Amino acid sequence: MRRWTVRRILLGAAQTAAVVLLVFALTEALPGDAAVALAGDDPDPARIAAIRAALHLDRPAHERLGEWAAGLLHGDLGVSLASGRPVAAVLTEGFGPTLLLAGLTLALLIPAGVGLGVLAARREGGPVDRVVSSVTLAVYAVPEFAFGVLLVTVLALRLGWLPPTAVGYGTDLLAHPDVLVLPVLVLLSRPVCSISRLVRAGMVEALASPYVAQARRYGLSGARVRYAHALPNAVAPAAQQLARTVDWLLCGVIVVEALFVIPGLGTVLMDAVTARDVPVVQGLAVVFGLVAVVLNLAADLVAHRFAPRAGAAA
Amino acid sequence: MHHPHPGLRRRGFLTAAAATAAAGIGIGIGIAGCSAGTGAGARSGGGTARKGGRLRAAFAGGGAAETLDPHLGNLFADAARAKALFDKLADYGPDLTARPRLAERWEANAGLDRWAVTLREAVFHDGRPVTAEDVLFSYRRIADPKKAFRARASLEPIDLAASRATGPRTVEFRLKRPTAEFPNVLAAFGAYIVPKGTERFDEPVGSGPFRHVSFAPGRSARFRRNDAYWDGPPHLDELEFVVANEESARINALLGGQVDYAHELAPTTARAHEGKGGRIEIVRLRNSAMQGFVMKTDRPPFDDPRVREAFFLIADRDELVKGALSGAGETGNDLFGKGYAHYAAGLPQRRQDLDRARHLLKEAGAGDLKVTLDTSPVAAGFTEAAGIFRDQAAKAGVTVEVRVGNKDSYWKDILDHGTFASYRSGAMPIESHISQRLLSDSTTNATHWRRKDFDELYRRLQSTKDAAERAGLYERMQRRLYSEGGFLVWGFADWIVGTSRRVRGVARDAPANTLDWARFDKVWLA
Repeated sequence: MRRWTVRRILLGAAQTAAVVLLVFALTEALPGDAAVALAGDDPDPARIAAIRAALHLDRPAHERLGEWAAGLLHGDLGVSLASGRPVAAVLTEGFGPTLLLAGLTLALLIPAGVGLGVLAARREGGPVDRVVSSVTLAVYAVPEFAFGVLLVTVLALRLGWLPPTAVGYGTDLLAHPDVLVLPVLVLLSRPVCSISRLVRAGMVEALASPYVAQARRYGLSGARVRYAHALPNAVAPAAQQLARTVDWLLCGVIVVEALFVIPGLGTVLMDAVTARDVPVVQGLAVVFGLVAVVLNLAADLVAHRFAPRAGAAA
Repeated sequence: MHHPHPGLRRRGFLTAAAATAAAGIGIGIGIAGCSAGTGAGARSGGGTARKGGRLRAAFAGGGAAETLDPHLGNLFADAARAKALFDKLADYGPDLTARPRLAERWEANAGLDRWAVTLREAVFHDGRPVTAEDVLFSYRRIADPKKAFRARASLEPIDLAASRATGPRTVEFRLKRPTAEFPNVLAAFGAYIVPKGTERFDEPVGSGPFRHVSFAPGRSARFRRNDAYWDGPPHLDELEFVVANEESARINALLGGQVDYAHELAPTTARAHEGKGGRIEIVRLRNSAMQGFVMKTDRPPFDDPRVREAFFLIADRDELVKGALSGAGETGNDLFGKGYAHYAAGLPQRRQDLDRARHLLKEAGAGDLKVTLDTSPVAAGFTEAAGIFRDQAAKAGVTVEVRVGNKDSYWKDILDHGTFASYRSGAMPIESHISQRLLSDSTTNATHWRRKDFDELYRRLQSTKDAAERAGLYERMQRRLYSEGGFLVWGFADWIVGTSRRVRGVARDAPANTLDWARFDKVWLA
């Protein structure tokens, strides 16, 4: 188990490094650089050259990457090209709101997803199952942006129950829980559907399995069979899906942050790419890479624990 | 323009009368006087100003890279914040003539290459007076070649090493060459006056109508009233700029009452909410953005003036305004600056004439012409306009292939490459448009219009003291551009701002980037 964990961590570090290299290469391949982006609609060649010199962009790409990587080994993420502020400070500021959104979403996602899945699986093909299955399928088919616009129009602008955006609340969103309702609902919409469908399928399969039949024959109560025997087996695939959901949440966060004006990492990423702010983009690649690796590791550990027979693939 | 301070206008007029060189200003003020007669219609809402309250304004922003350094600004949000905290020596009226601000008056010598500028009595937020030394420091900071500030090109005519303070409130600017339109330089985008020695702007100190309270880049900037403001203290207690990059977020925040002012709304949004006695008010700032195409006049096929004229005649301008701007704008006449001072409004409006266009193309030996049109979603309506023009050109037998480029590097890409491209420009005086884009040594000459005799006309214009004579030169230069220039200007877009019902005093006659645009010291909450 420990060797397996160590191997996973090393693999994760290599994956993160690969992501960073790829991101650097892709950002370099984009037309224009930070100097061109800064010059905007005033592309005086002399001015672009001066900005480029001031930002040290006139040096070869491999030198810049090397210097950045050397800094990273000392925990230094470098300095933003567009603002001159340390990348670590820029990311820390954006981290709070994104973490809050993702954390809340995950915290609600697990009970909601598992609950709906179990509810539907209790009587396969029954009216509850049919309603849950068709609603989850329908919501899953709607992109976040459209769903968000719909929720804002109905719940915020027509009915006036909730604020339409988080404009003006700054980063202290926890003090204004009402502004979080719509963003979290939008973020929850699709993952809840996928998780609940997975749990339902897993439960249906487990409930039809020989060991459940055996447990029933022993006269164990329905609840005990369902929650102590069938559910753990159904949760294993869902846990891995959950980890994938987190990767996916990072994309959802970009849309939701733009729609509701939440100053998190998604907003930082959009701005950094537009400004060709390579150090910030790379810093984000490191953070996202690490988060993805850690969460996948945790998911594998969970799956390993709940259903050792399945054998978590390294 | 409805000016709440008649004294200021009178002073401006006296200045212009005293210095014949600045008679261009006199014309500008005259126009302002006329439109002031239209009264309250120039500003939204009526009634007397009420003091107090906090106004929240939503703008598209630049994320964590935002700064309060007024010389570094590039975006509308930067300009609006800089305007609240700082002043320029002069600023543009609705017709884009320079109006005195921190400068009380200016006078030129006979040769138009020395300008004496007298400052008004004003103080910075920390109580220090605004002096000639502050002005020289600010301009030298902007002109520092290492810093690459946007306004540097505008200050190029000034010989800053030789310019000096002749008193605590008088500056003598020595220029490299005669510059009759020098007041335009004082009003240039980003030419703000900061206290001498300022290099950091974490706690910015300016002389503007609002004082800094707090600033979180990419999120919000909070300012409060400066009671000692020389142009009268603002009505609002507090002003907060918030950043919302998505247009849908800005309009939703406005509809939901989270902000009172939303900058840069889409024409379709404006139409949905206009004049219905609904929750919000729509303010259209006319003539804010020139829309057009640039033809590179130094390479085939556009090195032949007949081809350029044919393209002028291909454009159905009404269709372009309707289709690409959703009707939120006016048609153009292949000249920059509709509604601005010196605009050659007397030239006949060009209309689509496909027969004549076909004939001209045939004459030029370009009967079966293929052209690539560069465009990009960098500005609203660009790709739509390109598509519409492609269809119009097809009717004249010209094949236009639309090539959509990267939006972050678009302006640099089209400066020297390609032959035909989408273009737009914000408001600036016609003189600045010429000097930045149409002279042999212009830094952003996207039409590659390099004509020695045209340069000479511009030089004469800048060395001519007599306003009427200068007006004649403006007319001549524009006639030339109208008949054979490289700018196909098909329209002028409105800039659309939304406000809540309780906001009063938002100027309507204020193209984006002029003095009254995004000016919050004259705004109040009813």
